Amino acid sequence: MSVRRLAEETAQPAGFAFTEENAAWAEATIRKYPEGRQQSAVIPLLMRAQDQEGWVTKAAIEHVAEMLEMPLIRVLEVATFYTQFQLHPVGTKAHIQVCGTTPCMLRGAEDLKAVCRKKIHAEQFHRNEKGSLSWEEVECLGACVNAPMVMIFQDTYEDLTPERLEEIIDLFDAGRGEEVKPGPQNGRHLSVPIGGLTTLKGDYDDLIEEQERDFGHGPANGSKAQGEGAGETVSTPPSEAGRPDTESTESDPSLKSPGKAADGNADQRGEERESDELAAEGHKPAAGQTGGERHGPDDVEDDEESADTGRETSGDFRRAEAAAEDAVIPADKHLADDDGHQPPRVASGEETSKVLSESTDTLAEGRRAVTSDTTTGPAHDDRFESEAEEPEPAREPGDKPADLLSAPQGEADDLKQIKGIGPVIEGKLNDLGVFHFWQIAKWRETELIWIDDYLNFRGRAVREGWIEQARDLQSGSQSRPGDA
Amino acid sequence: MLQDKDRIFTNIYGLRDKSLKAALKRGHFDGTADIIGKGRDWIINEMKASGLRGRGGAGFPTGLKWSFMPKEVGERPHYLVVNADESEPGTCKDREIMRNDPFTLIEGCVIAGFAMGAHAAYIYIRGEYVRERQALQRAIDECYEQGYLGRDNKCGWDYDIIVHHGAGAYICGEETALLESLEGKKGQPRLKPPFPANVGLYGCPTTVNNVESIAVAPTILRRGGSWFAGIGRQNNTGTKLFCVSGHVEQPCTVEEAMSIPFRELIEKHCGGIRGGWDNLLAVIPGGSSVPLVPGQDIIDAPMDFDGLREIKTSLGTAAVIVMDKSTDIVKAIARISYFYKHESCGQCTPCREGTGWMWRVMERMVTGHAQKREIDMLLDVTKQVEGHTICALGDAAAWPIQGLVRHFRAEIERRIDEFSHNAHDVKPVLEAAE
Repeated sequence: MSVRRLAEETAQPAGFAFTEENAAWAEATIRKYPEGRQQSAVIPLLMRAQDQEGWVTKAAIEHVAEMLEMPLIRVLEVATFYTQFQLHPVGTKAHIQVCGTTPCMLRGAEDLKAVCRKKIHAEQFHRNEKGSLSWEEVECLGACVNAPMVMIFQDTYEDLTPERLEEIIDLFDAGRGEEVKPGPQNGRHLSVPIGGLTTLKGDYDDLIEEQERDFGHGPANGSKAQGEGAGETVSTPPSEAGRPDTESTESDPSLKSPGKAADGNADQRGEERESDELAAEGHKPAAGQTGGERHGPDDVEDDEESADTGRETSGDFRRAEAAAEDAVIPADKHLADDDGHQPPRVASGEETSKVLSESTDTLAEGRRAVTSDTTTGPAHDDRFESEAEEPEPAREPGDKPADLLSAPQGEADDLKQIKGIGPVIEGKLNDLGVFHFWQIAKWRETELIWIDDYLNFRGRAVREGWIEQARDLQSGSQSRPGDA
Repeated sequence: MLQDKDRIFTNIYGLRDKSLKAALKRGHFDGTADIIGKGRDWIINEMKASGLRGRGGAGFPTGLKWSFMPKEVGERPHYLVVNADESEPGTCKDREIMRNDPFTLIEGCVIAGFAMGAHAAYIYIRGEYVRERQALQRAIDECYEQGYLGRDNKCGWDYDIIVHHGAGAYICGEETALLESLEGKKGQPRLKPPFPANVGLYGCPTTVNNVESIAVAPTILRRGGSWFAGIGRQNNTGTKLFCVSGHVEQPCTVEEAMSIPFRELIEKHCGGIRGGWDNLLAVIPGGSSVPLVPGQDIIDAPMDFDGLREIKTSLGTAAVIVMDKSTDIVKAIARISYFYKHESCGQCTPCREGTGWMWRVMERMVTGHAQKREIDMLLDVTKQVEGHTICALGDAAAWPIQGLVRHFRAEIERRIDEFSHNAHDVKPVLEAAE
């Protein structure tokens, strides 16, 4: 349900009275209902008041309550319950109601809304600068076979295109709304199939004749009067309406996924192989890798619980402990002698302060890891696999390596030489900005943990000692081009 | 395919003269007095024999419904209320009846009123159907002038028809909410029992029928229940107005035989699916509240109550919403969820809170910004809303989502995967619940 309130006091006019004609009509309407049931007339009366004033004012509500001898609150209830009552002033020349429900959406209602946003106001229920136009999105108006459509005052304008709606809005704004013929705007007759009648063809020829006589042209549904090819290939141009405007690449394969992984079937296979390997090691494959693991209701509780225990504990404890040690104990050491250990970082004072703040981060990270280590305990060990469904950078364990490159410096190393890195992982590392052994060689343990988590590798990178391997490979065969 | 001679709505497109005189020529009000002369029991039996099932969505046998009214009129008058609050997304059949062929409805009101001992009928039209209301009122005025309505009329049954209208509330299509609204209150459904047949409008015995159910009655009684029962399959008899919208070449409203296969309906009247049959993704066969079905399931299914129930959906109001492969199916259903969130009357907590909750989760499913376990959670919530509310709006809000998860779970999961792959690029959005 929607929250609807009366317009603020400043917008409310002082009084309300039906015009003479409307007052007579109201009397007649009340008499339609049985004696003592005059309350039934409340909706028609409020509607007539709205037709007269353009919207339902507080004074009108009071007036109607008085006429029907109803408690004011009952009339207020009705006025706020029914969404057709406009409780705020609307455009003086036209209030455009765009149907946005699924059948209209499928045929382009979103384009119509875009037209309204452009021509009237970015927000519905707001009037344009002149105060002459306003618009709103309404729920199904019951003209679904003539979608998309809008309603302006009492008439519907159906089978619209955005261009046609613009014309209609302009005409209404210019006070020439009566020039627009209500109903379908594509020449079709009411709900007849646009290609022509499929049933009840009997009197159709007479109708075409009559319409040609009266209007100079027949309905578009006829095979006459529509020009070449009419009645044969009348086709609706495909609209963009049903297309997703999300970041998912729904139906356009030419759109490149912004994702870091998967650029082809080979990768997919590779990934599966990787996850098979993981499974063989006794791990459950992560949902992200198989692309379709289903969590039954039983899993829900489990997942929630493990989510409570904290994302930062994902990975195994050995790792977390190591990270803690590395982060807490040598943190001061890093600060003190980082010139010696990390030559590229000492370039300037600015750099040093950066390192400083990084070290503080590391410290915090380390503390957090320690806390979770002591609170959760090894009993929860078997839970860790069930989570890490999506890597969340903000809460990941470890530190993001600081030496990621946007492109290889010189020739990239063959990272596959490191045990545990296959073509898929190599691709992922390249995407991340890792191309050389020297990069890996100077990672700290926490950084490797970050990488491990990013690759969803469950501690394998640590166990296989990538840093040591990289150091060996670096010293054995290649040297860092920048240093040379 | 149904022959033109078997069509009940001979002026459904308004291509012929809409005056009473022309309607009389087409056979309306032919022998109405004779039908009434045969008595109440004959009418109800004939209606039962025709197998007519209510056209408003639930498919309750119309003849049986009429028989629920008290046999004798006591102190309280009886009322017939015609539900013309046609608001189910996808449905626009009653609109055509009222604006183009209103005399079918008027004559039906007189006969149905006689069968249930009512001397007055209220026709409740949705507020947005202004032109339809005017057209119907014109037709009724004409009938009064020509002596087909009012006291001592040519039909032989004193009768008044009052046209009433709503003001844009989908829930008023529910029969007790409609009665509340007709009494000048908020349209919030009543608890049943007591049923309207005992305590209805103004506390009097009342029957609420859909426009189409009432409008087909005179023709059925003129031509005999067996004629109507001979069209369509057993238990799913007669003719039906289908409204085909969405991604077909020629959306239209058309009267066809019940049980017509989906393929035939689309080929004959709608010029085929946009982009060919291979481009068909899914179909919502009965208005927004029924579960969708994938295209391949429905292509050769008969369009009737039982045939669609077999594929776990429903005929509803026969508002066929066709979606081709360009459709963002999750978004289409999310939009339906928004519709129900907007239209919940707020009376029952599971519906008031549940519809909003389901919509918000659906919106996240559209972008994939969700967890996979939330799919099951969502499904679980739909089950908790379904059947735990006074009226069927809760069910109606739950079914489309259930249908989506049943058939397109893989698509939702794909989006979640895709979103999480791209999660590095997306800044977290802080959004407060309403």
